[in-house]
Amino acid sequence: MPTKLIVDCSTGVTTEVELTAEEIAQREADAEAAAQAKADEEAAAAAKQAEKEAIAARLGLSAEELSTLFS
Amino acid sequence: MPSPTYVAIATTTVGSGGASSIDFTSIPQTYTDLVVRLSGRSTTADADMYISFNSNTANYSRRVLRGNGSAASSTSGSDRYVGTIDSSGETASTFGNWEIYVPNYTTSNNKSYSIDSVEENNATQAFQYMIAGLWSNSAAITSIKLEFIAAGTFAQYSTATLYGIKSS
Repeated sequence: MPTKLIVDCSTGVTTEVELTAEEIAQREADAEAAAQAKADEEAAAAAKQAEKEAIAARLGLSAEELSTLFS
Repeated sequence: MPSPTYVAIATTTVGSGGASSIDFTSIPQTYTDLVVRLSGRSTTADADMYISFNSNTANYSRRVLRGNGSAASSTSGSDRYVGTIDSSGETASTFGNWEIYVPNYTTSNNKSYSIDSVEENNATQAFQYMIAGLWSNSAAITSIKLEFIAAGTFAQYSTATLYGIKSS
């Protein structure tokens, strides 16, 4: 069973607590949402890079030259 | 000229069973800023960390600058993502360093935060992160939770310390 650490700053005491079934279910739901968000983010970044490369191609620049220009 | 003080409020070290999260609670409201420093490692391939303040998981946004030893990239998102530490894929027994700075944590304005972290890996690739984040909420911060929301688990000997910064 996964556990969590709770550090009470008023006492300095750390307590190790097992996750409840509800917390485990929430963790799984959060993981799915995070994976989707990450995939969306990477797709957006790839689309932006492709757009940059298309513009560079129209200008007659290579990807390396474009990178040099903006680095 | 005021002299800022840097006080260790509480520290914890993960035991042999690992932990899915580390939650600093009952944070005193007597400092100006907060800092959390973590020396950490995940026991699994998942090392993506997420943060929440006051157990609230809404209204976060962040901008990430990331380098991996050969290339740099940036991403942005409306989530609680705060970078990665060492995963099971990094050199055994190495730990990543991660730090968050939260200024004016008792203010009734929105809370900004900045993160600086780096992985340790005996290889050509190791990620470094600089992150700017915002929690749009007026409540004073009374708890800070670091967690893996997928399969990640803080490995034994991962250590986190919460510091208070006070301008006197």
